[in-house]
Amino acid sequence: MAITGFLTDSTLCIGCKACEVACKEWNEVPSDGFVFSGLSYDNTVALGHSTWRHVKFVECEPVIGHGGNSGAQVTWEFSSDVCKHCENAGCLEACPTGSIVRTEFGGVYVQPDVCNGCGYCVVTCPFGVIDRRPDDGRAFKCTFCYDRQKFGEQPACAKACPTGSILFGDLEAMQAAADARIAKLHGEGMTDAKLYDARDTSVGGTHAMFIIRGDERAYNLPRNPEVPTVHLRAAWTSAAIAAGAIALGTLVAFAIGGRK
Amino acid sequence: MKVPTASSEAQLEQLRREAELNGRVDRPGIRPAGSPFPQATSENGYYGLPLLKPPVWTWEVPTYFFVGGMGGAAAVIGAMARISGADPKLVRDARWAAAVAANVSTPLLIADLGRPSRFLNMLRIFKPQSPMSVGAWIVAAFGGASTAAIIFPRRLADLFAFTSAALGLGMSTYTGVLLGATAIPVWSEHKRLLPIHFGASAVASAASTLELMGNDQKALHYLAVGAAAVEICVTAPSHPLIRLGGILSGPVPLALRLIRGRSSRVRRAAALISLAGSLITRFAWVAAGKENARAYTAATDRVDDMRSGSENRNPIPQVSSER
Repeated sequence: MAITGFLTDSTLCIGCKACEVACKEWNEVPSDGFVFSGLSYDNTVALGHSTWRHVKFVECEPVIGHGGNSGAQVTWEFSSDVCKHCENAGCLEACPTGSIVRTEFGGVYVQPDVCNGCGYCVVTCPFGVIDRRPDDGRAFKCTFCYDRQKFGEQPACAKACPTGSILFGDLEAMQAAADARIAKLHGEGMTDAKLYDARDTSVGGTHAMFIIRGDERAYNLPRNPEVPTVHLRAAWTSAAIAAGAIALGTLVAFAIGGRK
Repeated sequence: MKVPTASSEAQLEQLRREAELNGRVDRPGIRPAGSPFPQATSENGYYGLPLLKPPVWTWEVPTYFFVGGMGGAAAVIGAMARISGADPKLVRDARWAAAVAANVSTPLLIADLGRPSRFLNMLRIFKPQSPMSVGAWIVAAFGGASTAAIIFPRRLADLFAFTSAALGLGMSTYTGVLLGATAIPVWSEHKRLLPIHFGASAVASAASTLELMGNDQKALHYLAVGAAAVEICVTAPSHPLIRLGGILSGPVPLALRLIRGRSSRVRRAAALISLAGSLITRFAWVAAGKENARAYTAATDRVDDMRSGSENRNPIPQVSSER
């Protein structure tokens, strides 16, 4: 089976939210509230247990001609966020039940019939994607449309996208497409376009990549995401030292003060 | 009818210069109400919205950290007391403390699950890279061993008690790893501290529990003094609850024990205060993690890393200072 990937291109996104709707409809994800955030056109606010695609409306301070725009335009980016399907996935490493697995397509998938809702994946995702659904008790996130991929179909969001902003295909082809697209944008003068795939971090790259403009932090994408397993060595070393000290300390305490 | 004056014309000139210079003129009422609108910037991230999801754990988890840690350290104390030939009452009390704690811990952990009926799924696999998986196996084995240690007679009881003591070392420290190896910055930044912090807290609470059960061996007093001394050295983040837990775990019981340690009433008071401190400490760390996750955005990322910067020739401009 081919390893697949998403390439989400914010320079092509028109903010229509077809991906959000397609995702909700295909995956039968429940409603997660009806709120007015007041933050640009984004009332979805964040990815979560019942939001697996989320269109961000990255409204920036207007600067005329910014990043290769014509003189009359200002910067206002739309970017459809999704689970990153990390190469080194924090949630997958942390899951104690083996509910979270790597599929044959390279995606990170939560098996709903195994998850017991321990909540450890929630605190080990460096992108704040996965969450526990309160009324259900289990953890949910983007499945990479594992069911659709089984039938050779592309994920619902990619299929519904009207502008080609969400591309889906072979991971390596997506990486090549990203490089070509960025070279083209740079050639056209949009010099702030870049790829976000966390390749140079301990996350080791993501299967969902993003073409964004300017600073990733404005998109709430961390500059240096870390898979929490990098902390294991130091933490367990410390635990071993603590355990040794407890054993030794107790032994000494009883050697000198065991009898009354 | 107004008459143009030198000052009125100078004001108009001034407005034109300002407009030419800045591209806009800001005055009260000129910008729409509520402006400037929220901006996504490199400084406040995506409208200041949090990046991470806060822990979903409720009161059961910090309570378990406290009870489980106490039980683990009590098992260690029981084994050492047995080896050193201390009073059999102390050995028996320590084993009971460990067994009761283990049998309170398991229901607490099951109750915290989103799907409690599936708690056995924890034992489907063993995953060394998941502190939750390692912990689940430690809790399960500790529960079995410490319960067996109070059920079976002499030799077998000793065997199980020593097994439960070995597992108890894990019980009282692994919870620090559980918090440390996460994406929550306030936890992962203290990954080296937490196992030691929680371990000392566990020893203090076990020694205190045994003292309150009517054991007044010097060894328990020494252990409590040592644990309180370690707690004083802990450099925790300045969170009000963590600080309160720290004061009740460190300086207060240490001072009481060093000044009037001969009095068993003072020792019991110190023991009660230590127990409160230990419990508050665990709740405080979980609360601090929740607050940290809610406040943390991509823009508050600690690490200035290598990825961008140079390639970022046209950085998104920062929000104007008038916010």
